[in-house]
Amino acid sequence: MSIELRNIRKTFGDFVALDNINLRVATGELLALLGLSGSGKTTLLRIIAGLETPDAGEVLFHGADATTRSVRDRNVGFVFQHYALFKHMTVFDNVAFGLRVKPRVERPVEAEIARRVHKLLTLVQLDFLADRYPSQLSGGQRQRVALARTLAVEPKVLLLDEPFGALDAKVRQELRRWLKRLHEEIKITSVFVTHDQEEALELANRVVVMNNGRIEQIGTPEEVYHRPATAFVHNFLGNVNLFHGRIENGKVYLGDTAVDVDRAHASASGNGKAVLALRPHLIEIITRPNGKPSFPATVISVNPAGPQVKVELVAEWGDAVQVDVGHERFDELAIAPGARVFLRPKEEKLFVYQI
Amino acid sequence: MAARRPDVPRATADPPAVRRALIAIALTFLALFLFIPLIAVFAEALGKGVGQYFAAITSSESLAAIRLTLMTAAIAVPLNVSFGLTAAWAIARFEFPGKQLLITVIDLPFSVSPVIAGMLFVLLLGIRTPIGGWLDDHNVRIIFAEPGIVLATIFVTFPFAARELIPIMQSVGSEEEQAAIVLGASGWQSFLRVTIPNVKWGLLYGMVLCNSRAMGEFGAVSVVSGHIRGHTNTMPLYVEILYNDYQFAAAFAVSSLLTMLAVATLVAKYFLERRVAPQVRLAAENQDVMEAAA
Repeated sequence: MSIELRNIRKTFGDFVALDNINLRVATGELLALLGLSGSGKTTLLRIIAGLETPDAGEVLFHGADATTRSVRDRNVGFVFQHYALFKHMTVFDNVAFGLRVKPRVERPVEAEIARRVHKLLTLVQLDFLADRYPSQLSGGQRQRVALARTLAVEPKVLLLDEPFGALDAKVRQELRRWLKRLHEEIKITSVFVTHDQEEALELANRVVVMNNGRIEQIGTPEEVYHRPATAFVHNFLGNVNLFHGRIENGKVYLGDTAVDVDRAHASASGNGKAVLALRPHLIEIITRPNGKPSFPATVISVNPAGPQVKVELVAEWGDAVQVDVGHERFDELAIAPGARVFLRPKEEKLFVYQI
Repeated sequence: MAARRPDVPRATADPPAVRRALIAIALTFLALFLFIPLIAVFAEALGKGVGQYFAAITSSESLAAIRLTLMTAAIAVPLNVSFGLTAAWAIARFEFPGKQLLITVIDLPFSVSPVIAGMLFVLLLGIRTPIGGWLDDHNVRIIFAEPGIVLATIFVTFPFAARELIPIMQSVGSEEEQAAIVLGASGWQSFLRVTIPNVKWGLLYGMVLCNSRAMGEFGAVSVVSGHIRGHTNTMPLYVEILYNDYQFAAAFAVSSLLTMLAVATLVAKYFLERRVAPQVRLAAENQDVMEAAA
């Protein structure tokens, strides 16, 4: 089932949680809502589920207006961040809940319920825990029970609120891969909320980057990572150095260093203030200027622990800069804190955003 | 835990003499003011033999008092539990003007002397008041009759269930109920299958406390009862009447029943508290985790 949101707006008191949100989720898609806490992503998910009502705008399910349809009638599955498993019921009873509360005419007989519950528990690889209580399970197991419980009522849409937020890194990795396989198997239209950019990029078909109640960019993981539409997206997806500079007559000025805008990956035109975004591995450290645009900086600290050497510097106009250098190149440079060096942006990757 | 040498006092520990003295004082106090009187009740009650004891309990006036007490509790407890659930639900789930006032006013019966509570009903519904007069014209007696006793008991006992349920409902939160609704449950199904099981121990605890107070209430009931033997005497009132008539053994016999109720309540309280406390703590921890993650 496809989902369409039109001009959604939601406020809590004076706080604008969502402002003019337009979004289409295609049938069978796995879509990520990515943003910081307070960006409105969870509110948007709850509006799709019907757990919140928008102040303005429409929610369409499969082309039909569902804005005023009640939660019960939306046929959505919602997985809560903290699972919201029924503490007083066994794993089996949790998964069976949605089937047992159906109106008498739709309710399967108990034997059929048992068959379906065991099938789902097998799908999430937890059939051996059917008689346990939620408090006896690990976080990852609880999450999978919550998912099985949601799938039991055969929803047309699956909504997941920070599905792996409360788990430790190792389990998160595992569940992420598992969820991706599950989605490929059952092809249910799914939307998940996350603040973890790695999770969004790895799992989703498309990523919606949100900030302050607005959508900054919608695109495939590759698009949002390699062609970020705004400085926020650039900053949010991976480490980045942001410099405040200015655009004058087709050139970007960083301090006194000029870079040709037409050679940069520019989304800016005309004159005025601009933000330049440079990923740490896309800056080269050189010991003396080589004719190409570069700017002087001083090394503050060096951390060689890791696949790349992380060098912290301060530019001559005072901005902190982080640069990642390969170990071989670092050995060649032989730099230590206090060293005066020059930083050369690899121009073809220089992003300029006008502000 | 590693074994600690008993002769090496910790920096924060009190000297042994002080420790022993404090424990001794506490235990002596307890014995003097609780255990000795408790034993005295049963000793006096059985002082004239078991036959007398049962005769006192099974006299027609005693049985009438017991019946009225049970009936009063049977009306007051369910009513106050329903009110407690409603109030706790409203306070834990909704924001509304006057919420803080409601929380405060629920405690009013605790802060008002029971005698004043009784007076209140007499002044409101007594035969010389407009409402009481009108009711009397229609042959309805409230004051100096059973309805007055029930009303006064409800007033005095209504905070118990609510006060138990409000913190539990607040700490459990509504996420499980939301999950139930998304899974297709109706509001009523969610209430019966999710909400009630989550608060059941607190609910039971509130019922036990409410019941023991409903059966034991003296002041408010005394004012509205009129002390008509065999009609408007509850057990505590009947004890006083027997005592004033110098029927000490009978007075203590009926007292012993109330005392047994009190002991049973304490035992129930002990076991229920062990169920309720971890539940609230667990829910509070979950709340912390949630807030930390948000």
